[in-house]
Amino acid sequence: MKNQYYISAHCSISDNIVRYNNEVVFAGTENDIPGFFLSVYQHLGVKYPKFYKMDNLAKLGWLTAEVLLKDFDKAKYQPTDIGVVLTNANSSLDADKRYYDSMQEIASPALFVYTLPNIVIGEICIRHHFKGENAFYIFDRFNADFIASYVYNLLDIRQLNVCICGWVELLGDEYKAVLFLIEKDGVMPFKTENINKIYNPTQTLSEKEGF
Amino acid sequence: MADLKEQIIEQLNLQDVKPEDIGDDQPLFGDGLGLDSIDALELIVLLQQKYKVKLSNAEDGPKIFRSVRTIAEFIESTRIPNA
Repeated sequence: MKNQYYISAHCSISDNIVRYNNEVVFAGTENDIPGFFLSVYQHLGVKYPKFYKMDNLAKLGWLTAEVLLKDFDKAKYQPTDIGVVLTNANSSLDADKRYYDSMQEIASPALFVYTLPNIVIGEICIRHHFKGENAFYIFDRFNADFIASYVYNLLDIRQLNVCICGWVELLGDEYKAVLFLIEKDGVMPFKTENINKIYNPTQTLSEKEGF
Repeated sequence: MADLKEQIIEQLNLQDVKPEDIGDDQPLFGDGLGLDSIDALELIVLLQQKYKVKLSNAEDGPKIFRSVRTIAEFIESTRIPNA
């Protein structure tokens, strides 16, 4: 019989709202992305000074993972059992542009380190001490089929026992992150239909592609 | 040194740190202020931008960036010929 895995938790951050398992856990009133992300960070009440140094994409992924994993008992697993697979459409272009601009004077090393999207994964893994398989893929738009099949295979070949996966996208004033926690136990089966429902609860993909 | 501390905080985006939190002789790396290798590069950028000072020998880095006082002494030494 084919093994079944489950979405044991999910979290989204978009339009100044943070949702955990469909419930609004924080709503901001800020008009700018850095201000909103700072409000979410302060709302979480954690002390993690490196947060301030991250670029906006890394902050978005880090904050989404922070909420996603708030009830996750990682002590049940080995660090190498837990992996992260992320996707987006614009890679690290937001940081790339800022880095390019900084090159007019002296290029910023602190910006340079964020000119790869998989740094988002690194920030999450450093924070939570995850050491499992990880990858960051770029697609034109959210691709639930890919996430479902790729992550399923990682779990099924026992490369991982747990996977944090999803979409972390940010460019300019547009952003959206939706992360899923996939485990062997749960209620909601890990399949394309459910991934899409969570990613886009009220809209079809064609109505708002990419974001 | 107070100005230098403010510049370090701004350059390294240490938003939870105030100038008075940084001791003149407090180690900046490791168990001290906890800076990392990227911060070291940003400190080099700071010296170039604000003080027009360049590190000619990378091996001198650990000694120069040991504390705010050693950075200040390095900046001062570049202003005095043959110092």
